[in-house]
Amino acid sequence: MNIAPQTLRIIALLVVLALVTAFFASVIPNYFNARLFNRISSSVAIMALIATAQTLVILTRNIDLSLGSIVGFTAFATGSIVANHPATQPLVLVGYAMLVGAAFGVVNGALVSYARVPSIIVTLATMAIFRSFLVEYSDAKSITADQLPAWLVDFPNLVLFDVGGVEFRAAFCAAVAVVLVVHIALSRLRPARQLYAVGSNPEAADMAGINSQRTVFVAFTLAGALAGLAGFMFLARFGTITVVAGLGFEFKSVAAAVVGGVNIFGGSGTAFGALIGAVMIDLIDTSLVRWDLVSEFWREAVLGALILTAVAVDAILMRRLIALRVRREKERNAREAKP
Amino acid sequence: MKLLQSWEGFLICALALIIAVNVALAPEFLTFSNQINLFQLSIEKIIVALVMTFVIINAEIDLSVGSMMGLSACAFGWLFQQGVPAPAAIAICLCIGIAGGLFNGYFVARIGLPSLVVTLATLIGFRGLARVLVEDRGIGDFPQWFDNLGQKGLIGAVPFGLIAFAILFVGLYVLLQRTGFGRLTYVIGTNRNVADYAGIDSGRHKIIIFTMSGAVSAFAGLLFAARVGAVRGDVANGFELDIITMVLLGGVSVFGGTGSLFGTLMAILIVLNLRNGMALVNITGHIQTGVVGLLLIGSVLVPRIDLTRIFGQKAAET
Repeated sequence: MNIAPQTLRIIALLVVLALVTAFFASVIPNYFNARLFNRISSSVAIMALIATAQTLVILTRNIDLSLGSIVGFTAFATGSIVANHPATQPLVLVGYAMLVGAAFGVVNGALVSYARVPSIIVTLATMAIFRSFLVEYSDAKSITADQLPAWLVDFPNLVLFDVGGVEFRAAFCAAVAVVLVVHIALSRLRPARQLYAVGSNPEAADMAGINSQRTVFVAFTLAGALAGLAGFMFLARFGTITVVAGLGFEFKSVAAAVVGGVNIFGGSGTAFGALIGAVMIDLIDTSLVRWDLVSEFWREAVLGALILTAVAVDAILMRRLIALRVRREKERNAREAKP
Repeated sequence: MKLLQSWEGFLICALALIIAVNVALAPEFLTFSNQINLFQLSIEKIIVALVMTFVIINAEIDLSVGSMMGLSACAFGWLFQQGVPAPAAIAICLCIGIAGGLFNGYFVARIGLPSLVVTLATLIGFRGLARVLVEDRGIGDFPQWFDNLGQKGLIGAVPFGLIAFAILFVGLYVLLQRTGFGRLTYVIGTNRNVADYAGIDSGRHKIIIFTMSGAVSAFAGLLFAARVGAVRGDVANGFELDIITMVLLGGVSVFGGTGSLFGTLMAILIVLNLRNGMALVNITGHIQTGVVGLLLIGSVLVPRIDLTRIFGQKAAET
């Protein structure tokens, strides 16, 4: 029986997630309760979207370092729209956020796929450029929660359903729904499979008749739109938006994707994996604050070690697995050749 | 004429233009003290940019330099607070840099992980260790000689950092452009497999380069501590992006194998003068970085514009 490596990876991630939770539950009194779920789920709502956006781009063998700036800009832009026109329909607002994000994605995508500038250069530059747009646009002002309509501020805490204190809040459910849609699309839809083809081998994809330029362009555009949606969530959750909103999200999103088993060289990984990666990072981040034995200042150090361990173990195990399968294949071929 | 067609030639022209505009905007721009000040404000970044040139030519990337600068500065502050004499603390910090670089190099070269991922993890991890050491305090009151080294002129008005930069530039220039080690850096960056088949231990080479990067970053972090006279957990936060921008603007290919230290030097001068010029006309902070970002994209995009399409085949040939 051969389980696909991606499925295996997700199972392994879930096991590790369970082990980490069990570990913290054993060292922190009153750890395992509904509040833990509520707290983590509200912050994962934003990070899961950005990690998924990053996954789309990484799958095509590129990287998007400008996501944090896109989140910051869209959060501010949607915030100022709703502050000036409080009657704006919620769906219009979400659409606006995604459109602004997608517009930034189009800039990235055009430069990477049609002008053929390496993505790390393009997005390193647009990360700074988009943030300077935010500085110009905001004119050194901030948006504060009291400028926003009540429905928007209440949205992240809106409880859709409640299972014994475990609240499934609207923002979290929406984010998970988006991730699942992307996940299913990536595994079932032909156009989405092209992302994998382009990421595994761009030349082969071209020869197979896939328009790899357009595929990369679309990946960046979708990533921008998802980052725009994350910007909307960011606005709703924090209410206060300054020029540093979303700073550092670019690295966190790469970290979540990589921990979730997305190959940084493209061609393999899943959106669901990225979601688990985001949950894992947030779980550890939140739990270390509550663990008395280590000071909360250890958070980042532990996080760095976790990412490195996850990637190293994954690389070594995958190499073993592939070697094992190659050997089995050879043995089987030898057996079949004998008679 | 050949020089003008090359990337370095383009950079020299751009630099001349920026300096000319700056002088027109503010006559005091060319004064000796402004020129010193211009270097002094970013001295740590430009020192690390030199060694980052090696890393990127070698087809790797080191995102952890900013965090290593922070870790070294905070370790110095912490050790000093614990009563360790400053010279010993400096030595320990440099060792931390070497250890951190070896760590990066080991995971990249021996475990075979992509450097983007490894140094992303240490970007977070080294920063975390720095925060563990100083928590949310600021540590200052270093010995007078240490602060002077960062703030005052050592030879005349020229501060220690600038002298260190000059010495490091000459040393690394010779190493990269005139020695076998430098050639190997290009060869491995161009095609690692070919280098391996030719019997070169490319892993060892990469470890050495990452170690250099760690050590120089630690040195730059100490310089930051001396220049500012105090350390905090967020010392040099985000510097890695500025540093990488300088190197890429200098014409070093992000895929490795091409580029030169001279190009990096030109890019450093361009970025410094551009920022200084923008400060003269009251453009600040994030906008400055945005303009540098535009320059970075433009620098890669412009040479790719296909002249044959615009002027026809003949014009491009002549």
